[in-house]
Formats: sequence, structure tokens, C-alpha cells
Amino acid sequence: MDMAVAEKQYTTISGVPIEPLYDAEQLQDFDPHRDLARPGEFPYTRGIHESMYRGRLWTMRQFSGFATPEETNRRYHYLLEQGQTGLSVAFDLPTLMGYDADHALSEGEVGKCGASISSLEDMEILFRGIPLADVTVSMTINSPAAVLWAMYLAVAEQQGVDWKAVSGTLQNDILKEYIAQKEYIFPPRPSMRLVTDTIEFGTRHTPRFNPISISGYHIREAGSTAVQELAFTLRDGMEYVEWALERGLQVDEFAPRLSFFFNAHSDFFEEIAKYRAARKLWAYAMRDRFGATEERSLKLRFHSQTAGCSLTWQQPYNNVVRTAIQALAAVLGGTQSLHTNSLDEAYALPSEQAVTIALRTQQILGCESGVANTADPLGGSYFVERLTLDMEQAATDYFRRIDEMGGMIAAIEKGFPQSEIANASYTYQRAVESKEKLVVGVNAFQSQDQPIELLHIDQTAEAHQRKKLAALRARRDNSQVRKTLDALRRAAEGTANTMPFILDAVRVYATLGEICDALREVFGSYQETAHI
Amino acid sequence: MNPPIRVLVAKPGLDGHDRGAKVIARALRDAGMEVIYTGLRQTPEMIVNAALQEDVQVIGLSILSGAHNAIVPRVMDLLREKDMLDVKVIVGGIVPDEDAAALKRQGVSAVFQPGASLDAIVDFIRQSVMTGQPE
Repeated sequence: MDMAVAEKQYTTISGVPIEPLYDAEQLQDFDPHRDLARPGEFPYTRGIHESMYRGRLWTMRQFSGFATPEETNRRYHYLLEQGQTGLSVAFDLPTLMGYDADHALSEGEVGKCGASISSLEDMEILFRGIPLADVTVSMTINSPAAVLWAMYLAVAEQQGVDWKAVSGTLQNDILKEYIAQKEYIFPPRPSMRLVTDTIEFGTRHTPRFNPISISGYHIREAGSTAVQELAFTLRDGMEYVEWALERGLQVDEFAPRLSFFFNAHSDFFEEIAKYRAARKLWAYAMRDRFGATEERSLKLRFHSQTAGCSLTWQQPYNNVVRTAIQALAAVLGGTQSLHTNSLDEAYALPSEQAVTIALRTQQILGCESGVANTADPLGGSYFVERLTLDMEQAATDYFRRIDEMGGMIAAIEKGFPQSEIANASYTYQRAVESKEKLVVGVNAFQSQDQPIELLHIDQTAEAHQRKKLAALRARRDNSQVRKTLDALRRAAEGTANTMPFILDAVRVYATLGEICDALREVFGSYQETAHI
Repeated sequence: MNPPIRVLVAKPGLDGHDRGAKVIARALRDAGMEVIYTGLRQTPEMIVNAALQEDVQVIGLSILSGAHNAIVPRVMDLLREKDMLDVKVIVGGIVPDEDAAALKRQGVSAVFQPGASLDAIVDFIRQSVMTGQPE
């Protein structure tokens, strides 16, 4: 028995070995000025604001969307009434892939994983009664992000809201789609051109909108380690900066509006170290690699979401506890906004009751726990500072390897980040299988489950969306649709910014599918080589 | 020695979340099976054609998007049309209990829900291929 204890490996959920104790001896290479400074001061390891949450709590932003835009609009009104402070739109798979609700490949998928949006008409319904001047809206959309954003800006126009006042975030991070989530339409280079078009357009016209949210969340959900999440996300960020500079933008013009999105996984201290290292790495990269001088360019702002992949189907009420611990890590890591998952999300999109508990979890952290009373309460912890330094070092090694490959697109084309993640996810699954890693209710402490009440997606959503779309196609001015799509095709063939052309097409009710088809004709479609 | 069991791991529908499909494919390969992974966004027609061409004994479908009730019955219909019902179909992913029962009534051999162990899946495939081929 004694031997078994001696041989037991203590590792983080990412497999990083942990020492029995951390003290000053492990921090001999630690320089408080270089590595830490004060909150609100370069390199922002301790947070981007001097007073952190004393000034204002993080934004509580629950990602939601299901079935028709009509039903999702009702959920948004409910969430705002419950004290949620921002909206976050989940789109269904056809929308994410640039297909209309009436496309053959959309069959069976309409409204299942999010709201179905095929045209400006759907977007108008989605935000009915919600003043876009007062609410910040985040939209989780990537390959067709420019199109959905154009629809959003057109709704703002209809509401009489100046684009300069519109505030929110577009996910628009195509690189992590090739790396992890795999919802891509076009090949990497034309996709990067579209992203750069939106960054350029946003820089000129929507100064309060984040045109991109560079996302590690999906990388982690695909099974990466914490270090891989950190490294690939920040290296993706650098790739977007390089493309925008190539376009002729000045770094300090656009960098302040780059935002990030990280996972909040279960290994508490590893996650906190990840967020702290992210801020520090980004500040140094922006200053030293890209020559940014504006303070706002150096500050990494991020949204976080608790780890969907950690939620268990077994004993679902345990997920409330997991989510609370993960959310606490995000808050102690200095997140700017947070989504807490609902207990039933291993089964389905969340019920109203489950999503309310998830929101209450954040409100309890913010109002009752006291953790928001002071900035970076864990700063100076031997353990947290050591983990932060190690995380930074390991991420820097990945940056070097990716730079040597010729950048992130070249690395993706080689399958490098994809295979690193696949290896990590398989290693973790094997560790669960052998019970080196325990998951309560799954491979330890099993018991009989009680069924829970689930949200059922209205099966009529698909028919409803198709009917509405058929009526729209019959009603709109189809010659205008053809004209604007032709103009978009020509713009895509050249080097002009495509955003104004997409806006013109959206305003005359060209559909998402039609606009993406026009771009598919010019850019082609992407197929990955599948590796196992 | 029996020849290795041949398995087609397929990812139908629009969803791109392939973590589960890839982990299963690797686990089956490590267990000595020959695994063909189709990659993403396969239609039922593409899946059944690949199963025919690759002469597999098992098709594993990974579906997390809730589209299983639209996709799986079409795969089963095509297998029936092509007289391939000796090919075992297993489904993995987010499939509620009542849907799993309905899929089994349509001829699906097993539905593995979240948390299923890799060893259980390997064992099930070995057993069902053995009992399905009495010679």
C-alpha cells in the first residue's frame, strides 16, 4: 500500500505534474516587476483594471438560442428580465454552415442547436423589442460571420441606432474552426480575407464593436490541454494581427477591439494560471512583436465559458457544482464576461429552470462570495505564480514551433494543432478509462440517475422557417437580390472590402445561403484531410 | 487467427465536433480492428456507399447535434435497400433514452450515450460481430 501511495502521480487535468508544496524556492526566476506588476499595469498579469470588479462586476452573458427566432426572442426577453446584462446568440448548424433553412442539408438540423436565421427578416424578429443601443450582443458565428453581422447592423439601422453606438462581439474566429470545431465553409486564405474585411470595416465604422473573439474555448472542448488552448489561441490572435497589418491598418487602430474567449475547465489553479499567463503573453507580444503603444492594444480582454465537455450525463445535478467551481476560476482569473453552463447541457439545450440556476450561480459569486472585493486575490501565491510562469514558458515553445512552420495557416495545413489536440484528448480518455483520472458519477461513485426535465425543441420549427422563407422569396424584389449578389461576386473576385457589398445584399433580403453560395462560387469550399 | 474486424466510423450531418469520433476510431484501432474514418459531413448515401466499398462489418455513427432521428433511419433504409442488413450499426453521441429505444427498434444494434467506456464499446463490437457471423 505504501508503495502505491509513493508512486501515485499528482497531475493537473492536462497531465502536468504538481509538486507536494510550492514556496520561495520554486520562484527563484520570478521577477515581480517583469512578471507581475500591479493590476491595471503592464503586463497585466493581475488583471486589466486597477480595481477590477470593484468598478463593475463581469458581464453575465448566457449564450442562448433555439428553434425559431420568435422563440429565441422570447427567451431573450426572459433573460433580460432575470437580470442578465448582455445577450449572446446561439445559431443552429445550418446557419453556422451558411445554409438556408430550406436547403437539403438542413433537414433535421433546423433550430436544433440554436436559432435558425436565414435572412434579415429572421434577424429583425430575433431582436424585436430589444433596443440595440442599450444591450451588448455577442454572436457566435464564424464562417458566415460577415453576413450575420451585416444583418445585425441592418437591424440597428432600422431601429435608428448609430453604428458608432452599437456594442457587442462577433466570434468570427475562423482559425479555431480549422483547428478544432470544424465549422468552416471556405478554404483558410479566403476565410482570412473575410475576417480581415470585418476587422477593417469595424475599425472604420463600429468603434465599440469587437469584430472578433479569438477563441480557445472550442480548442479545449476538442480535447486540448490548458497549454495548447492558451498557445494556439494566442498564436491565432497574432495571425489575425499580421493579416490586418498586411491590409495596411495600424496596429493601434484595431488591436484595442480584439477580444478573446477561453474555456473555464475543472482544474481550478491551472485555469487561473492560464488566464494570467494569457494577459501577460499578449501584452508582451503586442508591445514587442507588433510595436503597439496604446495601452488598450496591450490589454487582453476575455469572455469565458465553463467547460461543456466536463458536464456529465450521469448524475446531472453534480454539474451545478462543477460549473460553480469553474466559474470561480474564471472570476479569480479576471474574466470580463462569463457564461455558466446549465446542469442539463450534456443532454440538450438548457431548460429555462436550468439556465436560471446557472445565472444565479454567477450572481451568488458576484454578490455573496466576496471574491470580487479585491483585485487578483491569488496574486503572489507561490503555486499560482509558478503555474503561471510554466504556462507562459510552454506556450512560448508552441509559438516558436508554429513560427518555424511558417505561421498558423501553414501549421493548420500540416495538421499540427489538430494532431496535438487529438493526442491530448486520447491520452485523457485513456486516463479516464484506467481510472487515473476520476470523473464523479462516471467512473467513480456511480449511482442510479433520476430523470430530469428537458427542453424539447418544437418539431414545427423547421416547417415554420421553410414557410417563412418561401414567402420572403416570393415577396422581395428578386432583381435587386440578383444585382447585389452579382456585385458581391465581383467584389470577392477582386480585392475590395466585401462588407459594404454584403450589407447591400442583406438589405434587399438576399438570404444567408444565397450570399454564401455567391462566395462559394468565388472562393471554393474546404474539405479537410481527416486524421485519426 | 480471425481477420481483424472492419469498422467504418462516420460523422453524418452538419456538426463538426469530431472529438468523440476520433477517440473511438483510435480506441478501436488500438484494439486491433481496421478502422476507416470518413471525416465530416457525410450524407447517409455516402456512408452506406463507403461501408459497401470498404466491406465493413460495423458502422459507427457519431451524432451530437440532435439530428439522429433524421439521419439514422435513412442509413437503415439504405442498408435495407442494398441488402446490407448484416452490417451492424452502432450510434454514439447525445441521444435521449426514448430516441435510443426507437433507433434500436429500427435495427440499430446499440446506442452509446455520453460517459460510455471505450472498453465496453470494443467488447460490444467484438461480441456482436462474432454472434452475427455464426460460421
